[in-house]
Amino acid sequence: MSTPELLPWWVGLPVSLLLVLGGIVALTGCLGLLRLPSFYQRIHGPAITITLGTGCILIASMLYFSALQSRPVIHELLITLFVLLTAPMVSMLLMRAAVYRDQRKRRLPGEAPESGEIYPLSARPADKRAP
Amino acid sequence: MNELSAFLLPLALNFALGCVGLAIVFCTLRLLRGPSAQDRVLALDTLWMCAMLLILLLGMRHGSLVYFEAALLIALLGFVSTVALAKFLMRGEVIE
Repeated sequence: MSTPELLPWWVGLPVSLLLVLGGIVALTGCLGLLRLPSFYQRIHGPAITITLGTGCILIASMLYFSALQSRPVIHELLITLFVLLTAPMVSMLLMRAAVYRDQRKRRLPGEAPESGEIYPLSARPADKRAP
Repeated sequence: MNELSAFLLPLALNFALGCVGLAIVFCTLRLLRGPSAQDRVLALDTLWMCAMLLILLLGMRHGSLVYFEAALLIALLGFVSTVALAKFLMRGEVIE
């Protein structure tokens, strides 16, 4: 369609800075996902990618297309809004699933699960654990 | 002065594309390696987000607004699939 040669420098400079920042932040979050030792630490890595990295790149995209088409192009706000709304929900659901699964794994072997059983956050009572 | 953006923008776009591609590689490694199921679901969710970023950057590079709808669809489907998988991890079934 159009080429970036048509853009003035006061659009090109912030867009470039936001793009570089967004790329570095996205890479950092995924590096955390790869390198951190336990799941409860690993869940914090992608939060950076999803909020700050996506935000930077979406703002850069908005600025770029607004300058390219010489009219305000703000429908990237839809993605921003949606991602910012759903990221905490996804983290919360995953964290709850992980906590439940870890506690279910800690159940004594040979013990049948009871219906409607609630797994406490603390360790099992001592009278059931000790032989 | 306009040569600055003509020089800087493709450079920054290529740099961001490389970063997001490397991030996708990291997510894939965690997806393949992940010791538990919740690790794999988390890696899959991050992979959806990185794919959305990649499509947005490709749209900026080609100067076309069509890519925006694909990115929005990817964000929506990623949310729904991650919620379904998290529910499956917790309950053992998706629809009760």
